[in-house]
Amino acid sequence: MQLANAAAVTGVGDTDYTRDAGGRSVLSLQLEAALKAISDAGIQPRDIDGIVMPSPSSPVVAEELVTNLGIPDLRFSTGTPLGGAGPVAALQCAAAAIAAGICSHVLLTLGRTGRTGQRIGARIQQMPQFRLVGEFEAPSGALAPAQYYAPMARRHMEMFGTTSRQLAEIAVTTRQHAILNGNARMTTPLSIEDHQASRMIADPLRLYDCSLESDGAAAVVVSAADRARDLRRPRVLLAGMAEGHPDSPSAITQRGDMTRLGLAKAAPRAFAMAGVTPADIDVAEIYDCFTYIVLCQIEDLGFCGKGEGGAFVEGGALGLQGRLPVNTHGGLLSQAHIAGMNHVVELVRQLRGEAGRAQVPDAEVGLVTGYGDLGDGTLAIMTRG
Amino acid sequence: MPGKPMPDPSPETRPYWDGLAEGRLMLQRCAECGRIRHYPQPMCPSCHSMAADWVEASGEATVHSWTVAHHPFHAAFRAELPYVLVTADLPEGVRLLAQLRDATAEALRPGRKLRIGFEANEAGLTLPVLRLAGA
Repeated sequence: MQLANAAAVTGVGDTDYTRDAGGRSVLSLQLEAALKAISDAGIQPRDIDGIVMPSPSSPVVAEELVTNLGIPDLRFSTGTPLGGAGPVAALQCAAAAIAAGICSHVLLTLGRTGRTGQRIGARIQQMPQFRLVGEFEAPSGALAPAQYYAPMARRHMEMFGTTSRQLAEIAVTTRQHAILNGNARMTTPLSIEDHQASRMIADPLRLYDCSLESDGAAAVVVSAADRARDLRRPRVLLAGMAEGHPDSPSAITQRGDMTRLGLAKAAPRAFAMAGVTPADIDVAEIYDCFTYIVLCQIEDLGFCGKGEGGAFVEGGALGLQGRLPVNTHGGLLSQAHIAGMNHVVELVRQLRGEAGRAQVPDAEVGLVTGYGDLGDGTLAIMTRG
Repeated sequence: MPGKPMPDPSPETRPYWDGLAEGRLMLQRCAECGRIRHYPQPMCPSCHSMAADWVEASGEATVHSWTVAHHPFHAAFRAELPYVLVTADLPEGVRLLAQLRDATAEALRPGRKLRIGFEANEAGLTLPVLRLAGA
């Protein structure tokens, strides 16, 4: 059994991304996205025989999708509890189930009412993977992801000379892409000076280093590669996938090298599986809960050496005409925080040539990362084929 | 207004909190191989022994990294903003996260020497704090 190219993403779908979904439930948002993805794949809801839920903290369970979509024979159902690394982990999980012959069409959906429902920062300490920081760090006032991750960014700055203006480059380029997208929450231009003038959240992270809270949902269908050839859209193969967990996965404070994420372990495995190198990547959708997390992942993916990410991102390098187009949809920073499922959707659109005004010309090989739960990393490399 | 987060100690972590209440930073040590581990946990990741004892930290520390909290993520901390959270290396081989006292972040550099102190919050919970050594 081989995982590389055993499965393909055949359908993608998303709702409007908004500040306020008007009281709609997370389930209703996910069903809308799921139906669009199933239709996009050119199959019927009854053809779905596998479900992977990328975010078990979501109130939606697979049984509700079965009930609403009328799925008659679900053969595989599981979840990938890796926070923001979950959607890309779910791609690998779906591909593995397909490669094992368990199922043929796997539905992945993720939705949230992060803006109008329960706020991300408010629930984090109730999650079991945050038990250690909840007991030993929250009493001293370390309470939210921005405060957990800021010391990683500060360490990077002190060790390598990385600057806040370099982080601003990431925010500015991502906003430029959101303006082109048509389904993005933040559509006013942002300058480096705007970023530098924005209020401090958790030094060195400013407001525009932080992602949005939003309402919306996104979904994809993963199908057996041989079945995908007959479906509606150009086939996008899952060529290489891996997940990696950082040292001291439950406490950044205790991590020997806090500038190295789980992705550093996953990346060589996924590139080897796909048979490509970073130089082959035409477009990269990189999980961007904070600007610094993008910079660190660019290093951990091998696009540059550790400590060189600040120089790498300068001068519009992540723009559509830059050396590595990144987050061509506007990311979590400026499109919407759909926990990276929107990154998966965007990569598929890029590789099909359906990315509209933000299309990277002739994009044939791309990658999407996930990052979550204090440093877990996931990576999927996809090819048009 | 909700109060500050309080620990809910388990049998494995209670000696840490009991130590703080006495003004002592206690670290868990493997009774078999002697490896010190923090935060407390049931098993030694080196030798897999579940036998542990506790040793008092020397009180020395150096700066590894830090952040300055400006945004009020929790109403009970709003009055203290901005506060500095320091990630400190201990000579025992583990790290401590604690608020900085009597200094601002401008004084911090990786490797800067610190001293561990103790301070009870308004709920009566004693927490470690860090000060510049020799200041």
